[in-house]
Amino acid sequence: MADPLTAPAWRPARGRRGRRPGRRASGLRLWVCAAVLAAAVLAVLLVPPLVRLDQQAVDLSARLLPPSPAHPFGTDDLGRDLLLRCVHGLRVSLLTGVVAALAATVVGTAVGAAAAALGGWTDRLAMRVVDGFASVPPLLLGVFAVALFRPGVWPVVVSVALTHWLSTARIVRAEVLSLKSRPFVDAAVSGGASRWRVTVRHLVPGVLPQAGLAAVLMVPHAVWHESALSFLGLGLPAHQASLGGLVQAGRGSLLAGAWWPTLFPGLFLIVPTLAVAGLAAAWRERLDPRRRSELIP
Amino acid sequence: MLELRDITAGYERRRPVVEGASLILRPGESLGLLGPSGCGKSTLARVAALLHRPDRGTVTVDGRTATGFRHRAPRSLRTAVGVVFQQPRLAADPRMRLRDLVAEPLRATGRRAEAAAAVAGLAERVGLGADLLDRRPHEVSDGQLQRACLARALVLRPRWLVCDEMTAMLDASTTAALVGVVEEYRADTGAGLLAVGHDPVLLRRWCDRTAHWKEITGPP
Repeated sequence: MADPLTAPAWRPARGRRGRRPGRRASGLRLWVCAAVLAAAVLAVLLVPPLVRLDQQAVDLSARLLPPSPAHPFGTDDLGRDLLLRCVHGLRVSLLTGVVAALAATVVGTAVGAAAAALGGWTDRLAMRVVDGFASVPPLLLGVFAVALFRPGVWPVVVSVALTHWLSTARIVRAEVLSLKSRPFVDAAVSGGASRWRVTVRHLVPGVLPQAGLAAVLMVPHAVWHESALSFLGLGLPAHQASLGGLVQAGRGSLLAGAWWPTLFPGLFLIVPTLAVAGLAAAWRERLDPRRRSELIP
Repeated sequence: MLELRDITAGYERRRPVVEGASLILRPGESLGLLGPSGCGKSTLARVAALLHRPDRGTVTVDGRTATGFRHRAPRSLRTAVGVVFQQPRLAADPRMRLRDLVAEPLRATGRRAEAAAAVAGLAERVGLGADLLDRRPHEVSDGQLQRACLARALVLRPRWLVCDEMTAMLDASTTAALVGVVEEYRADTGAGLLAVGHDPVLLRRWCDRTAHWKEITGPP
C-alpha cells in the first residue's frame, strides 16, 4: 500500500482531447455549420432566379442517368436534372420549415406567457390544452390538418405549427413562472404597472432568448415534418419539388439499381438540418454554458 | 395611517410564516421593525406594500382597506406605498438602463411626460451621475444600483415607504447616504416609513421608534 504521505495526492488531470479541448472543437463546428448553411441559403436564393433551366423539363431520352459532368446528381425516371430539383426542393423545404417554426414559436410563446402571467384557471386550462395536443401523435395531427385543405405550402405550414408549438409553450411558461417570482416584478407591481405591462415589458423580453433558440431548433424539426408529409404524399403537390417528395419518387428507381434519386435528396435533407442544429447548439452553449448541448456530439 | 391588523401570511397554507402580526404607523411616523433572520419580516413588508396576499387579516392604507393584493389592489393604493428591497440585483430588471428603471413607474402610470425631469432631479438627490444613468444593472455596483432602486421607489412620491433591509448589502457610507435621502424625502413630504432590518443600532438611530418582531406578533 502506498504511503499516503509520500504518494502524490493528485496530479493534474489532462483533458481527453489535449489542452482546452472544448473551445477549438466547438469553434470549428460553428464555422463548418455556418458555412454549410450559408451555402445552402445562397444556393436556394440564387439558383432558381438566376439559372434559367426548367426543373420540370422532362427528357425521356435521358431517364435515370447516373451522375455525370452534365448532370452532377444524375437524372430521375423522367429525365429531370436532380441537382436542380434538389435545390428547388430545398428551397421549398427551408421556406416551409422557417415559416412554420416562426409560426409555432409565436403561438407557443403567446400561450406559454399568457398562461404563466395570468396564472390560476387560465394557466391550468391552457396547460391541459397543451397536454391534449401532445397526447395526439404529431404526424396524425399533421395528416388531419393537411387533409382538411387542398395540397400546398400553407396547409403544411399550419400542420407543422399546430404540432410544434407545444414544447415552446412549456419552455416559455416555465421561464416566465421563474421570472414572475423575482423581486423586480414586485417592484414593477408596486410602481403601478398593469398585468399587461408587467408581461410585455418585463416577462416576455426575459424569455425571448429561449424562445428564439427554440425557434431555431425547431427549423430542422419542421423541415423533417414537411418532408415526412410529402413522403407520404400529403404535403406539396407532385409537380412541386420538395425533398420528401423527391425521396419518395426516387424510391421506385432504387430496385432498378438507381441509388442517386434517393441519396442526393436525402443528403440535401440531412446536411442543412444538421447545420441548423449545430448552430443552435452553439447558441445554446453561449446562452447556458453549464449545460453542454446533447444535440451534436 | 398604515395599519396592519392580525396578519397571517405565508407561502403554504398549512405553514404560515407570519402569524397574527399587527402594527400601526401614524402619518409621518417612522417605525423600525427588528427581528432575526428568517422570522418573516420580509413577508410582512411585502404584505404592507400590498404585494403579497395574507391568508388572514387586513391592511388599511390612509383609511382605505385593501380588498385585493398585487394587481387586484387599486393602482392608487399600490402606488401609495413605495418599496425598496434588500437585494438591488434581484430588484432591477437586468435589461433596463438605470434611467428607464427609475422612470418605469411614471411610464406605467401614464405620466411619461414628467419622466425626464423627475429622473434628473431624483438622480441628483440619490447621487447618481449622468453617466451611470445610461448603464445597465450589471455595469454598476450594488450601492449604485440600490440608489437607483430607492429613486424608483420615490419617483411616484408615495405617502408611505417600506424599506426591507434596504442597507443590508451596502457599506457604511452608502448606508448613511441612502438613509439621508430617505429622511430628506420624509422631511419634504411627511411620508411615513416602515424600515425592516436586523441592525438595532442603525434602526434606533434612524427611526422614531423601534419594535421587535416578538412585540408585534402573537396574542394581542
